[in-house]
Amino acid sequence: MKVKLLYFASVREHVGVASEDLELPDGVRTVGALRTLLRARGGSWQTAFAEGRVVRTAVNQSIAKAEAGVAPGDEIAFFPPVTGG
Amino acid sequence: MKIAVQREPFDTGAELDALSARNPAVGALAAFVGLVRDVNEGAQVGTMTLEHYPGMTEKSIAAIVEEAQGRWQLIDCTVIHRIGELRPADRIVLVAVTSAHRGDAFAACEFIMDYLKTRAPFWKKEQTPEGARWVEARASDDQAAERWT
Repeated sequence: MKVKLLYFASVREHVGVASEDLELPDGVRTVGALRTLLRARGGSWQTAFAEGRVVRTAVNQSIAKAEAGVAPGDEIAFFPPVTGG
Repeated sequence: MKIAVQREPFDTGAELDALSARNPAVGALAAFVGLVRDVNEGAQVGTMTLEHYPGMTEKSIAAIVEEAQGRWQLIDCTVIHRIGELRPADRIVLVAVTSAHRGDAFAACEFIMDYLKTRAPFWKKEQTPEGARWVEARASDDQAAERWT
C-alpha cells in the first residue's frame, strides 16, 4: 500500500526531505504506527519524531490523531504546531 | 466570502471597501490586521518567512469561516494571509467581517483570528542577528482559541 508523505517547516528541515512516496509494510495501518516506522529510521528521523516532541499529523489535509487509519493513496503530512496570523 | 493566500501585499482600504460594497444590508464591518513586529522574544527581527501547506490552508480557513457563520449572523467575510518573505511593519493577515450590527462582527472577527492562529497550517521563521529560528507556538494562543469552545 502506497502513501504520499509531506513534511513542513522545522520537521522538513530536520529530516531533510519535503515529500516522498512510501510503500507501507503490512503492519502499518495507523498514523501512530507510521510515526513509529519513521522514528525507526534513526538519526534525524528519530529526533524529529521523538516521543514527547509535538508533531502534528494531517491525513488528506485534515488533522488526525495517532489512532487514525491510513488508506492507499492517502496524503499524510507532518508538521510542528502552527504559528500563522 | 473571499479567502486568499498570496505573496503580494494587500490594500486594506480597498479590501474593506469591496467587502462592504457587496451588500447594502451591511451595518457593521469589523477588521483585524496583523503585522510583522521588529522585536520578538527579545531578538531583533530582520525578515520573516511564512510557509504554508497549500490546499490544507485554504480548506482550514474556509472551515473556520463556516463555523463563524454558524455562530453569528454574518453577511460576508474576507480573509487574506500572506506567505513568503516579509519585513517589519509589513501586513501579514487581514480578517474582515460584515454584519447588520457590530456585536456579531466584532465577535466573529476575533473568533476567526483566534482559530486561524491555532488551526491554519502556517509557520513563521524569523531571521535575527543570531541566525534563523522557527517561531514557537504560544500557549496564550491556544488559550485564546479555547475561550470559544
